[in-house]
Amino acid sequence: MAETVIGLAGNPNCGKTTLFNELTGSNGYVGNWPGVTVEKKQATWRANREVTFVDLPGIYSLSPYTPEEVVSRDYLVTERPDAVINLVDVTNLERNLYLTTQLLETGRPVVVGLNMCDLLKERGDVIDTAALSERLGVPVVEVSALRATNLDELVTKAVAAGQAGKAQAGARCFSPEVEEALGKISQIVSDSCDASLARWYSVKVFERDADAIKELSLSSAQLNQAEKVIKAVERSRDDDAESIITSDRYDWISGVMDACVRKAPKKLSLSEKIDRVVTNRVLGLPIFVAVMFAVYFVAVSTVGTWGTVWANDGVFGDGWLWNPSDQSAYETAVEEYDAGYYSDKIDGFIAAAEADGMSTDGVADAVVALAEDPSDADAQAVVSAFVAEATAADVVATDVPMHDGDGNFLDANEEVVTRIDAEGEPVLADGQELAVIDAVTVSDFEEAVAAQEGAPSLEDYGSFVPSVPSVIEGWLAAAGASEFVTALVLDGIVAGVGAVLGFIPQMLVLFVMLCFLEDCGYMSRVAFVMDRVFRRFGLSGKSFIPMLISSGCGVPGVMATKTIENEKDRRMTAMLTTMIPCGAKTPIIALVMGVLIGGSDAWWVAPMFYFLGLAAIIVSALMLKKTKMFAGEPAPFVMELPNYHFPTLKSWWLHVWERISAYLKKATTIIFAASVVVWFLLEFGFAGWEGGNGAFGFLSLMEGVPEYYTDYSLLAIVGNAVAWIFAPLGADTWQAAAASINALIAKENLVSTFGVIYGIGDATENSVTMWSGFAGMFTDASGILHVGAMCAFVAFNMLDAPCFAAIGTIRRQMDSPKWFWFAIGYQCVFAWVVGLIINQLWELFVLGNFGVWTVVAFVALAAMIFQIARPMPKQGDSEEKILSDLSESAA
Amino acid sequence: MTTLKDVRVGESATVSKLTGSGALKRRIMDMGLTKGTRVYVRKVAPLGDPVELTVRGYELSIRKDEAASVEVSDVAQGER
Repeated sequence: MAETVIGLAGNPNCGKTTLFNELTGSNGYVGNWPGVTVEKKQATWRANREVTFVDLPGIYSLSPYTPEEVVSRDYLVTERPDAVINLVDVTNLERNLYLTTQLLETGRPVVVGLNMCDLLKERGDVIDTAALSERLGVPVVEVSALRATNLDELVTKAVAAGQAGKAQAGARCFSPEVEEALGKISQIVSDSCDASLARWYSVKVFERDADAIKELSLSSAQLNQAEKVIKAVERSRDDDAESIITSDRYDWISGVMDACVRKAPKKLSLSEKIDRVVTNRVLGLPIFVAVMFAVYFVAVSTVGTWGTVWANDGVFGDGWLWNPSDQSAYETAVEEYDAGYYSDKIDGFIAAAEADGMSTDGVADAVVALAEDPSDADAQAVVSAFVAEATAADVVATDVPMHDGDGNFLDANEEVVTRIDAEGEPVLADGQELAVIDAVTVSDFEEAVAAQEGAPSLEDYGSFVPSVPSVIEGWLAAAGASEFVTALVLDGIVAGVGAVLGFIPQMLVLFVMLCFLEDCGYMSRVAFVMDRVFRRFGLSGKSFIPMLISSGCGVPGVMATKTIENEKDRRMTAMLTTMIPCGAKTPIIALVMGVLIGGSDAWWVAPMFYFLGLAAIIVSALMLKKTKMFAGEPAPFVMELPNYHFPTLKSWWLHVWERISAYLKKATTIIFAASVVVWFLLEFGFAGWEGGNGAFGFLSLMEGVPEYYTDYSLLAIVGNAVAWIFAPLGADTWQAAAASINALIAKENLVSTFGVIYGIGDATENSVTMWSGFAGMFTDASGILHVGAMCAFVAFNMLDAPCFAAIGTIRRQMDSPKWFWFAIGYQCVFAWVVGLIINQLWELFVLGNFGVWTVVAFVALAAMIFQIARPMPKQGDSEEKILSDLSESAA
Repeated sequence: MTTLKDVRVGESATVSKLTGSGALKRRIMDMGLTKGTRVYVRKVAPLGDPVELTVRGYELSIRKDEAASVEVSDVAQGER
């Protein structure tokens, strides 16, 4: 048997995806149709690998207006599948048959599958399949995609029809007058096309469908001849040709319905009862808020975050405990350990001993060595000698300051002391008292050293599962790999893979919820409820969900744009949604809060950043919708609200899996490659430090390398080379540029990069030392903090291209280099302009400086306001899809 | 001249003419709102727009702006 290609066509929500999955087991090719963000799926039949199914997008019509419809009709007319299976939802037969009448004209053998007949029976309606088959002129099979009944018969009939190779005559669904006109047109076009397509092209010529008839290259004489025929019908019907065709189809279908379907008296269906409540004028909004809160709560706040933490800190971090009781025991032990302030005691005691004139060289290092390996004999000797000497001298440390986990001084109320001076000493406010340990004796010191040796460790628990990096590290050590290879594999490759896989748990949780909302029918109601808010900005009501999710993580947020049915809205949302601050950007927010107001008590700072993100999206959307890329007629919001139904577990899971595998297949390479490249930039460089030989190499293994070697890395060189870009933003240092580049791996790296560059190591966004270090970058010689420059820098990093993971996901979603680079380019330029405006406004109004860049900033601001305020530019008539007169196309 | 926009929730009407053009008009017709079709306005969204219609046995949502391009006649209380 020769290979047979069968196209699957049908309305959205008719069960086509379920059918495709049932027939193929869903292991085929998933990609996009060329040039559009419409998904293309292709796979072979489970029962016979020589039969290939191509899943066409769910469509209502073969009109020339939406990318889905154009893709479908181009496929049917130019690629000519051997046969077409048209799946029809019988609970909605009238509208579904409208597409069927058009499919019959494409000149391909068609087999109609009647889906959801069980639901119809529940309703009490009866359908006469034989009569329907006779009217349509094609085989009609009752099937259930959900229960997989009769599917083999459906495919066998389609294969047989395809092998016969000849399309059935099909129904003549137009009024006699139109049929006569089509006959005349058919004679005009018959020489220009294949006989099997004569009817298709006749109808398209009658509709004056410019795209479709371009293929025919008809002469102006032929077009004028056809135009006369059309005009005559239009005059007698007093309507335009396109409307006449549509009306005739529906009129014919009404006749078919009367003859083939016996409807039971209508009762209120369960779906209608549910919908009465769910999109109710009063309850609609509260229910919407509740559903969205539930999605956010589970996917972002709780389960999703646990998944991310588990993947990043556990599987790709320090390992994890599979037994929850071990986990809570571990947490209690850590809490108790922290409450002992052992490292403060050790540091304080050693300092006191030094003050008493004792030699303390190597003691601190020995204590650290003991914490790692209590049986280290050398370290034991150093510590015990120190203890003996201190005992003899009767050293007692008094008023030892206490620190929190971020290394901050605490006051008597256990609040963080938020100000430190240049030497790092705490600066206390009036009435504030430093929290201190009154006295640390030798025995306290010994106890602290012992406690550090026995500090709680994950590995001590029975249910410990080592992390992937540590397992691989073990293998590498066993294989005798060099230090360089180990670093390359662990910090470069494994970390890159971890960056990709770390998102999977959260994405899984999210899509379990979103696919349910989509499959059960609520997603359409989201658009129904939110449309009024979003359409002002040229976005869809469904844009709400990606934005909500992006406040947790941009990667699933961008993936969630899949549910938006309009292509322009989908692209626009994928481009803009990452401007909402995600979870990884919260450390940056905390850092700025620390610098500006010293701590996290001001409730209004964090919302400001979300507001900035939202404002950026709205401004961008308003500007972009008037650009050429997004121009054109706004998509009509004429949308079906499908019946509610509970998806089966299997179809639900397949839907989730489809989304996740799409991410894995298409987004991962770029994430992985980019992570490795930045690692390379960070770890390689020239030995330019004092005593270094200036050679190029792997920095951390070079002789005499300082502890913090980022200054000498390639990243510093790249940072230096691009620092001029940030000059108008007030931060023209290589550190700022390098941090912005490193932040592309993960946005929270912005903070840790500063820690490394300024040599404050493990200081976090909550550390006072970090605040003063960060503020120092924007402080001039006279000690005045340049708030404008700092805010500009932070705004830039909030709005520019997201992390590589999100960039990779955007690339997957756009599936077009042009759109991908447009999106990334727009994000960076827009972020830069916002930063410029912030900094220059501050320069002008607070510092009184005026310069070239002030002018540029005002021009940019004016241009943005103009673009937002100006009316929608007029579109040329050249894009007209349906001509008003055929002779136009001849010209 | 009455349009679908003027039909209140709970009323039905018959489509008499479509005044729009291009993608919008075609989409409205493709979804089954052709001349002579009986339409029932089922409800309005919580924020006042769009509206939900019952047409040819299924639920369709349409913005009020777009409903204004559908001229109707025979407005009557109730479905059908």
